[in-house]
Amino acid sequence: MSALPVRAPHRTTETEPFWAACAEGRLVLPRCDRCANYIWYPRLYCPSCAATDVSWHEVSGEGTIYSFTVIRKGAGPFAPVGPYVLAYVELAEGPRLLTNIVDCEVDAVTVAMAVRVVFDPAGDSDALFRFAPA
Amino acid sequence: MPAVTIRGKAFIAGAYEHPLRVTGDRTIPQIHADVAIGALADAGLTIGDVDAYFCAGDAPGFGGISMAEYLGLRCRYIDSTETGGSSYLIHIGHAAAAIAAGKVNVALITLAGNPRSGGAGPGGSGAVSAAPESEFENLWGANVVGYYALAAQRHMYEFGTTSAQLAEIKVAASLHAQHNPNAFMRNVVTVDEVLESPLVADPLHRLDCCVITDGGGALVVVSAAVARSLPRASVKVLGHGEAIKHGDNGKTDLTYTAAAWSGPAAFAEAGVTPADIDYASIYDSFTITVLQCIEDLGFCAKGDGGRFVTGGALVAPHGRLPFNTDGGGLCNNHPANRGGMTKVIEAVRQLRGEAHPAVQVPNCRLALAHGTGGSLATRVGSATVILGQAER
Repeated sequence: MSALPVRAPHRTTETEPFWAACAEGRLVLPRCDRCANYIWYPRLYCPSCAATDVSWHEVSGEGTIYSFTVIRKGAGPFAPVGPYVLAYVELAEGPRLLTNIVDCEVDAVTVAMAVRVVFDPAGDSDALFRFAPA
Repeated sequence: MPAVTIRGKAFIAGAYEHPLRVTGDRTIPQIHADVAIGALADAGLTIGDVDAYFCAGDAPGFGGISMAEYLGLRCRYIDSTETGGSSYLIHIGHAAAAIAAGKVNVALITLAGNPRSGGAGPGGSGAVSAAPESEFENLWGANVVGYYALAAQRHMYEFGTTSAQLAEIKVAASLHAQHNPNAFMRNVVTVDEVLESPLVADPLHRLDCCVITDGGGALVVVSAAVARSLPRASVKVLGHGEAIKHGDNGKTDLTYTAAAWSGPAAFAEAGVTPADIDYASIYDSFTITVLQCIEDLGFCAKGDGGRFVTGGALVAPHGRLPFNTDGGGLCNNHPANRGGMTKVIEAVRQLRGEAHPAVQVPNCRLALAHGTGGSLATRVGSATVILGQAER
């Protein structure tokens, strides 16, 4: 578990399978039954082809850093944690996700660095997806 | 050229920037009223002449309905399009379309807010917390500067853009702001001073960021018939473009903005090219916002923005592309965390020949104003207007 703040995500009927999988330590994304595109952010609608039939598929959890920043001083729950990394990770399957990079020095992070998903428990029945050096 | 066009059909007859940067205990509706009265007086019109009202998310309560009552407006046209700081440039396009269609004659657009006195942080109001994307973006300690820093970092990675090149943009704005007695930051800064200011979100420094100010501004857009009846020259609306760019199903691309679409649409409608522009107001929430938009609007090729802005290209009056001669959001004013309105106001000053003499572009005939709302890292609403010199 990283040292960054967590809170339980608010689940909706559209995002329930995503967060339930995170709690089990799995990253699952909706994928369009018609055009086969992965869908990000998760929803029961395909913005690539306007289909409403989607299925959930587990993805590799592997990716690379598309871009990142070191936020020197956060606000709210992030105020006490010192500098932390906000990043876009490009999954091996394609979608680019906003997340944190954890388990490494902030100054060691680079664009194109290989990373792998980790899960931070948020209470008893939730977890957040973050990424750490692969 | 579109078969139906707003080109030459509408005129900006009044423009007013609130002189205060800290408004103290003035309420937000009061500030809306201050700027409405100011812009109408500038045009030679009164509240009773207004038949169309435009406002965005900064208008309190029920938006246009609440403000129409507060201001005592009797409108037959209302538009509260909300795209963050670019809203007011979109309003100009929509007002011009309504005027071109013969529906209205006098459109009032207002902006007001008090984030400095009200204690709000930079960025939006938080009103989008229930958005469908929010739980996939709000858990990571992201902030407004961080979102723009992500775009800057990727631009640097792909194109070799440097922090010193971004700093040139702040330096140019500060050279202009020294002549503006109302500017929040009037001190001239150097590239080194920008680079030595604290990192807020790498690679953006404190001096890569805009100011946080109270205040507001207003515009009055009128028909040709009304413009002809007024005592002073109006500015002609020649072209307008607007576009939204978003995550596109996980294909977020941090290297360009929706200016890549709004700009060409505005140029096509105006029948001009970037090379024809004498002066540009380009929304400058952060230095990277300007750099990307300069590329997207076609003033240079994608990726060449860093080289383009180096060596005083943006410095008025004689730079290659004089920009933000009021000092922009980076130094002068960013009322309500929304910089689109003041972009238009300074473009109007330039076209009227009423900018400060030290930064007035000689015989400024054609100006561009561009707004970027939202955030470069997630989703933006961009709007471009092209304006022509006042005529009598």
